[in-house]
Amino acid sequence: MSLTFDSARMPNPHMREEHEAWRTQLRRFVDTEIMPYAEQWDEDGHIPIELWPKAAEVGLLGLGYPEAFGGISEGIDSWHNWITNEELARIGVGGIPASLMVHGIGLPPVINWGSEAMKQAVAPSVIAGEKHIALGITEPGGGSDVANLSTTAERDGDHFIVNGSKTYITGGMRANWVSTAVRTGGEGPGGVSMLLIPTDAEGFSRTALDRKQGWWASDTATLYFDNVRVPVENLIGEENKGFLVIMTNFNGERMAMASGMEAMARVCLEEAVAWAQERKTFGKRLADHQVIRHKIAQMKQKLNATQAYVRACYESIESGTPNPGDIAMLKVQASETVEFCAREAMQILGGIGYMRGSRVERIYREVRVNAIGGGSEEIMRDLASRQYGI
Amino acid sequence: MKVLVAVKRVVDYNVKVRAKADGSDVDLNNVKMSINPFCEIAVEEAVRLKEAGTATEVIAVSIGDKACQEQIRTALALGADRGIQVETEGSVEPLVVAKLLKGVVEKEQPQLVILGKQSIDGDNNQTGQMLGALTNMPQGTFASEIAVDGDKLSVTREVDGGLQTLSLNMPAIVTSDLRLNEPRYASLPNIMKAKKKPLDVYSPADLGVEVTTHLTQVSVEPPAERQAGIKVESVDELVDKLKNEAKVI
Ligand SMILES: Cc1cc2nc3c(=O)[nH]c(=O)nc-3n(C[C@H](O)[C@H](O)[C@H](O)COP(=O)(O)OP(=O)(O)OC[C@H]3O[C@@H](n4cnc5c(N)ncnc54)[C@H](O)[C@@H]3O)c2cc1C
Repeated sequence: MSLTFDSARMPNPHMREEHEAWRTQLRRFVDTEIMPYAEQWDEDGHIPIELWPKAAEVGLLGLGYPEAFGGISEGIDSWHNWITNEELARIGVGGIPASLMVHGIGLPPVINWGSEAMKQAVAPSVIAGEKHIALGITEPGGGSDVANLSTTAERDGDHFIVNGSKTYITGGMRANWVSTAVRTGGEGPGGVSMLLIPTDAEGFSRTALDRKQGWWASDTATLYFDNVRVPVENLIGEENKGFLVIMTNFNGERMAMASGMEAMARVCLEEAVAWAQERKTFGKRLADHQVIRHKIAQMKQKLNATQAYVRACYESIESGTPNPGDIAMLKVQASETVEFCAREAMQILGGIGYMRGSRVERIYREVRVNAIGGGSEEIMRDLASRQYGI
Repeated sequence: MKVLVAVKRVVDYNVKVRAKADGSDVDLNNVKMSINPFCEIAVEEAVRLKEAGTATEVIAVSIGDKACQEQIRTALALGADRGIQVETEGSVEPLVVAKLLKGVVEKEQPQLVILGKQSIDGDNNQTGQMLGALTNMPQGTFASEIAVDGDKLSVTREVDGGLQTLSLNMPAIVTSDLRLNEPRYASLPNIMKAKKKPLDVYSPADLGVEVTTHLTQVSVEPPAERQAGIKVESVDELVDKLKNEAKVI
């Protein structure tokens, strides 16, 4: 047995036949519709718009959303999600899942807290891959300290007038709507609301952030709101209760990121092992040098720990008792694991790993966005400490 | 019109198979199994006939142990309406498979039976033809295109010299070649729906067939390992090697 992406995945007793069927079909989809072009899309800095309807057709975009909006939720559980995150991370171009699946952070606020009319207006077209939605929390003035955001939405009759800006917004260039965190009340978390802002509104503008360390295929943007009038009906949830919407959104985002990172780390292992078994130095295979064997064993050790931790967190979600502190620390566990594995795989590959065109080279550049976005490592530890009542 | 499609559980085409250490068989331990690619094409064709309004029902049948229900479910997720498993143990020879399929054909009375031209494990390329002989139905093998016209079926076949078109009276048997179609992906909603579609299980005795063996597998050996390449010094040397060593020109 060798260590491949699949064989390095520990068995999970929760996986049933239909889960494996989904993995098989999704992998076929990825290997045919994405893999052959992934590297080029990354170099091009965007993915073709036609990918969304195709992803919708196989059920990727609708996963977990109500049937009434064209989604598929009956019988769907965390294990389908885990497989999806894994298989998309396996592409080894992080900007693709980030951008393709960004509705995974933009849409849940609408689905969970939006009015029926809002859901009807937004969800079906997003799930069909015809329109796009992003999540706008982070501002040029700061991302970690969400409670102190400064984009304002002032009431004017049956409208809000929005002023301010958001930055590092994934899917921001393409978005038709942005689920946006705004200040409607006083200081602190109690003055924050979520507002659905259509990007064709007057006073809205955006610029691309297209020079990044990684995630090139993703259309990151800075968004500007200059006296943008948004109807009051576009409030997502209650006025000044937006902080709760934001916080409940984070568990799903962090699970997706953590399980994706574990899979990226596993890609690093797969590439490193394949190379170590081929490449000869000093008269023997790299894999026969003890230093290299130990690197590989240690990568696997960290992967095992992360997999088990991912599974434990998904189990807690399945049983309806997720612990945000544990999920926050899982995100750190996963970013440290992918950081370690990307480093060690790069060392094993040597010069070839530094050349563009390999999954390890890309993943190496995508470690940091995972360690910072969706809640940085520092903020995750801080959150967990509070949760644990230290 | 009822269409019966046969599907087989085989080692996934991505898997690098290994022989068992004792050379008795291929090692199937912990190996990913899938629907035979040619069978998948057969299912796709049947589903397309249904979508076009030509077929009214698509039945997927597989012969094997309980695990092959997974491949029947795949066929159901691709769009077949119901499944039939004929439960057998161990490996079953093409002739026995054909006899069992004949039993299912007699039960279901389909107008059209579509099979893969061969399965990628045994590469026998016999079952469809044997079924044709046993049922006395006309057969169009290696089909790259089929069209239904009333009770006639036009089958375009890939033959050595090009394409041959046959007109068969239905009920008929077709085996699919690679270019018949490109199978769709089973979507997640359809995978979930497939769980609820009916699946009947028969024993060979239910179909009046006795499972017998006529063949013995003597040994399984891995193919010779590919030798490393060499660099030649000149075109002349290359031509010489192609002529005298490789004997390809
Ligand atoms: C490619 C990319 C895509 C992104 N996509 C989105 C998106 O779609 N939507 C969205 O809203 N945001 C998005 N983000 C933003 C991301 O969530 C923020 O970058 C992140 O929350 C950190 O915020 P910041 O960059 O403003 O850093 P800051 O908050 O300024 O923090 C800077 C550093 O200080 C540390 N720090 C901050 N506070 C403390 C403290 N109290 N104690 C100790 N250390 C602290 C942080 O950990 C960090 O390392 C994206 C970011 C990137 C890079």
